Amino acid sequence: MQAQIRKVGLGLVFLFLAVFFQLNYVQIFAAERIASNNANIRSLLREYSIQRGDIITLDGTRVAISKPTGKKLKYRRSYPQGELYGHITGFYSINYGESRIESTFHKQLLGDAGVISMQDIQDRFLGAGEEGDDVRLTIHSKLQQAARAALGANKGAVVAMDPQTGEVRAMWSNPSYDPTPLASHDSAEAKRYWNSLDPESSTSPLVSKATSRGYAPGSTVKVITTAAALETKYQPDDTFPDPVELELPQTDETLTNFTKTACVGGQIDLFTALEVSCDTTFAMIGMELPNEVREMAEAIGFNEQIPFDVGTEASSFPEVGEDNKPFQAYVAIGQGDVVATPLQMALVAATVANGGEVPRPQLVREVIDPSGGIVERFQPETLGSAMSSDTAREVTEMMEAVVQGDNGTGQAAQIPGVTVAAKTGTAQTVEGASPHAWFIAFAPAEDPQLAVAVIVENGGQVGSEATGGAVAAPIAKTLLEADRQIRGW
Amino acid sequence: MLALLLGSGALALVALARNADKVTAAVPYMALLSVFYIVAHIAMRRTASQADPLILPVAAFLNALGLAAVYRLSPSEFGPAQITWTIVGIGAFVATLLFVRDFDVLSRYKYILGFAGVALLLLPLAPGIGATINGARLWVSLGPLSFQPGELAKVCLVVFFAAYLAERKELLAIASRRLLGMHFPDLKHFGPLLVMWGLSLAVMFFEKDLGSSLLFFSIFLVMLYVATARIVYVAIGLVMFAIGAYIGYQIFTHVQQRVQIWLDVFNPRFIADEGYQLAQSLFALATGGLFGTGLGQGRPDLIPAAHTDFIFAVIGEELGMMGTAGVLLCFMLLVARGLRIAMHSRGDFGQLLAVGLTTIFGVQTIIILAGVTRLMPLTGITLPFMSYGGSSLISNFILIALLIRISHQTAAAPDPAMTGEILIGGR
Repeated sequence: MQAQIRKVGLGLVFLFLAVFFQLNYVQIFAAERIASNNANIRSLLREYSIQRGDIITLDGTRVAISKPTGKKLKYRRSYPQGELYGHITGFYSINYGESRIESTFHKQLLGDAGVISMQDIQDRFLGAGEEGDDVRLTIHSKLQQAARAALGANKGAVVAMDPQTGEVRAMWSNPSYDPTPLASHDSAEAKRYWNSLDPESSTSPLVSKATSRGYAPGSTVKVITTAAALETKYQPDDTFPDPVELELPQTDETLTNFTKTACVGGQIDLFTALEVSCDTTFAMIGMELPNEVREMAEAIGFNEQIPFDVGTEASSFPEVGEDNKPFQAYVAIGQGDVVATPLQMALVAATVANGGEVPRPQLVREVIDPSGGIVERFQPETLGSAMSSDTAREVTEMMEAVVQGDNGTGQAAQIPGVTVAAKTGTAQTVEGASPHAWFIAFAPAEDPQLAVAVIVENGGQVGSEATGGAVAAPIAKTLLEADRQIRGW
Repeated sequence: MLALLLGSGALALVALARNADKVTAAVPYMALLSVFYIVAHIAMRRTASQADPLILPVAAFLNALGLAAVYRLSPSEFGPAQITWTIVGIGAFVATLLFVRDFDVLSRYKYILGFAGVALLLLPLAPGIGATINGARLWVSLGPLSFQPGELAKVCLVVFFAAYLAERKELLAIASRRLLGMHFPDLKHFGPLLVMWGLSLAVMFFEKDLGSSLLFFSIFLVMLYVATARIVYVAIGLVMFAIGAYIGYQIFTHVQQRVQIWLDVFNPRFIADEGYQLAQSLFALATGGLFGTGLGQGRPDLIPAAHTDFIFAVIGEELGMMGTAGVLLCFMLLVARGLRIAMHSRGDFGQLLAVGLTTIFGVQTIIILAGVTRLMPLTGITLPFMSYGGSSLISNFILIALLIRISHQTAAAPDPAMTGEILIGGR
């Protein structure tokens, strides 16, 4: 019988080896794939056993907090300010993952940034609950509130930043959403709210118009065109013809001004052209210096994603063929496929305000550990120089005239005792629809403290009568005044 | 001793991971178990001095590791209960060694044991005392106590098979004709096979327990083969089992489900319901990776019934491949020792008994490990020495006690053929 016993032994060894190989497969070779299955809630349980750090504003308002639940998932995310910070904090959701700051600073908020502090060691040893780090924004809660109040029921967005540091002080996009229901541990509740937000649509409240929606920037682009012209060969007092209609080469089309008349009649100098937003002047410059204009736009961030603490859409400034003169003309006045986000246009204002240096926009100032120590501090950075400080100064003076000048299009932004520099924009959209009203501004002109970009979609409540000067300028003014009051400049 | 130390260490680690204060709480348990294992060891040295010295320590190690895992999962309920069961099991081990001084005596009671085995196997079907737990009617409830008589039945049946086959092996091996390169015995000799087939089908159909059914039938086939050297029995037996399994698959939706889950465990259709357990088991194993999360650091509590059938996945999550491979090695070692005892044992009954006991131990281990790792469709069955459960622990302790008894008798009174070798070896 020994021969048979030996065979039985071989058979059993074979079966044990089969189990061993399967173990190798499950635990080693396919382990990562198997463990990362969504139904494996191990990492989720671990994550939700950590008291995730808070997100707080510059002035200490807690806009994302973790509340103990007393259940298996120990903490639940809550956003006490509701929709006000929805596009900034983003959400932390079991169903939909993380977005915005919750996503970018996910590791820090979990206290898992790779820096092991004494606190961590102590926590682990004593079996105490782990606590994540707090993230401190550059947003000032009062300015953020002012931004929401100023835009009111209008659809659109407001971006306000310190032009010297790039720190974003307010960023509001209407409509917004409340991240709290999305962070619900009740999957059905989260799903219901998510679906009510029309998540697939590009106009969903989930999308921040401030960073991720591109609009035709209209005449605000003339700041870029002006800067390119001044950098290349022109002076503010150089004059241009001022026709009622500008004939566009190669076509039967003509380009007329917004008013369908000449801007001043006869000849017009560059300074006045910006003040009154004379389309024909800038169209001529666009046709003469197409590459220079585009390169100026690119230096300030167009055609590339702006590095930021939350996701952005790139603004685009098309490269127009050498011979396509009509298109070059349109592009130079912010029509014809030029697309810009409000963040990008705020950066244009900030660059001029900052003497031609492009500040890197930032939304987070620092990461703070639970005991109050600073783990990471984000210093202001520059993205490079777009124009000389002389050019920036000249553009600033011209933008001052937009607000202060007798014929300026942005007079609605005047603040007594403060020199405001600005540019209006009224961008035609599709035929029949009301234009988008734009306004970019900074103040005080001599020592800029705040740069603002405002867009009101389709003219807001004013509709087809809307212009940037009438609809968007007062909103920017409100923000400048609010910041002046908050910071006392 | 080393095994005890390791096991105790694991238990202490578990306690540490759960709560620093509880380290001391685990100490009395560790001491208690150590005492009982020492008693078992002394009992073995006294009554079976020449026995295989490896079996008890390896089993003790597996048991301690399993205990640590069960304790880790349920420190207030199943943990202490498992310690009690372990002590009862050790008691059964010692009692078996004391009462069965000569294993050959067992063959005299073969029909009683055989009848007892069948009765135990079918006992859960008895109205009033039978109980269905987790879909399988494997349990007998008597007041507060419930146990799985099938676990004990397997030992009884193996003894019966061994005695029966030792008596009839020549008869059953007579081949009357050849076909397809195999020797075919007379048709009437297929009788016992048919009876066993019927019995395992009964277990499958009425108790809805595929694992036990497969186990009992395969053990009989193996022993029949060892006794007769007729591979034809195995071939025909497998065909018969395949037929039975196919019928079971057609009739029972839960069998179909098991197979579907096995094939497609991560299908969202199953993953939250019927396939949840297996999926969680795989997640646990995969999360463990090579080194595991560390004892007490994983989340094996997510696996339903982790302390019984899925104890291996708990080891896999917290000790990783290192742990599971180690456990696998221990089981292989036990099987190897068992087969070695069978090889060297004198007499047909001794050889068949040792082979049978070893094989049932090995096959049971393979069935549940293959199920937990998704090598084959899952069938609920305990992992010897490691899973929570009194019936399983007790019967496995009896099983190794019998193996130890056989090995002692073999070594204590070597047959003449072996004597020369030993003399030459100078022992």
